[in-house]
Amino acid sequence: MSFDAFDAWWWPYLFILLAGWLATDSWRYLGVYLGGKMSEESDILVFVRCVATALVAAVIANLIVFPSGALADSPLVLRVGAAIAGVAAYLLARKQILAGIVVAETVLLTGLYLIG
Amino acid sequence: MSENATAESSSEESHFAWYLRGVRRCFSIPGLVLVSAFIGFAGLAREAGLTLPQTVFMTGVVWALPAQVVLVGAVLAGNSLIAAAFAVALSSVRLAPMVVALTPEMRTPGTRKWVLYVLSHFVAITSWVLAMESFRHVPRHLRTAYYTGIGSTLVLVNMGVVATVFLLAESLPVQVTAALFFLTPIYFLTSLWGSARERAGHVAMILGLASGPVFHIVLPGFDLLAAGGVAGGAAYIWHRSRVRREMGK
Repeated sequence: MSFDAFDAWWWPYLFILLAGWLATDSWRYLGVYLGGKMSEESDILVFVRCVATALVAAVIANLIVFPSGALADSPLVLRVGAAIAGVAAYLLARKQILAGIVVAETVLLTGLYLIG
Repeated sequence: MSENATAESSSEESHFAWYLRGVRRCFSIPGLVLVSAFIGFAGLAREAGLTLPQTVFMTGVVWALPAQVVLVGAVLAGNSLIAAAFAVALSSVRLAPMVVALTPEMRTPGTRKWVLYVLSHFVAITSWVLAMESFRHVPRHLRTAYYTGIGSTLVLVNMGVVATVFLLAESLPVQVTAALFFLTPIYFLTSLWGSARERAGHVAMILGLASGPVFHIVLPGFDLLAAGGVAGGAAYIWHRSRVRREMGK
């Protein structure tokens, strides 16, 4: 039962509700319910944060290494180089996300227009 | 009677005033960065074949960019509903501790439960950071009004941003589309690094970045779960051994 499994107009919305809304808001409601009962320092939360962080990092790496669409035609070296330049700028600018974005995009766009 | 009415109307006024201050708080650097990330997300969703209403709907009901990126990734990979929901749920676990941290700061003895449940839907990295930064300047009983301003503005503005990008994307040169597409990974590369609570978070991120493409080739279909479990588990073991070493000293 994938996103494209049924032709009905409502199926994608049901898919988004179940795999998207339910899968995220359950955690938020659980958070309200637990309220102050749980310490942010508790060890199980360190593990949970590690897994969640690694999962999102894997998504990011795949978006850079195996992109689809308009980015797919660009060289891998350019994408990785732009990402590294962005992270370096972010760290040098004392963790300003905007600096990282501007530098990474500048490197990428310069490369894309040079290649033509 | 008249005194009561005055008190009531002035309290309502201040609720509205603090709601508006919350709205204004969104027009800031973090708000701008989030908009750029949603521009990137709209590009990603469009490339994945989602329609404009589907993407706007997803932005409104999910409202967590990592979860939305994972969901679009699962759609792209043709994952089943169960696998997609599992991956999205794993990527959203972090929301629970964020809400746990935020809720007590908004709660007063008179706060109704359902208000907190409704407001929790707005919790995502940007609104959470804005609220945690500003709450100490907001009177406690007006924090729900203030957070309503922050949360609802961010959600509605970015639903509009997503729709606008969909409408404009076709007329953009391919280089610009590629640059939009690149906004999502670069936003998360930086914000994920900055939001780590302990060193183990940085270790998990680096291992996750390295293992994602590897598992993509070795274990297609289960790459995200495998990378999360293996890299996250390794980072946690690293964390435990470090804690033990420090205790031993």
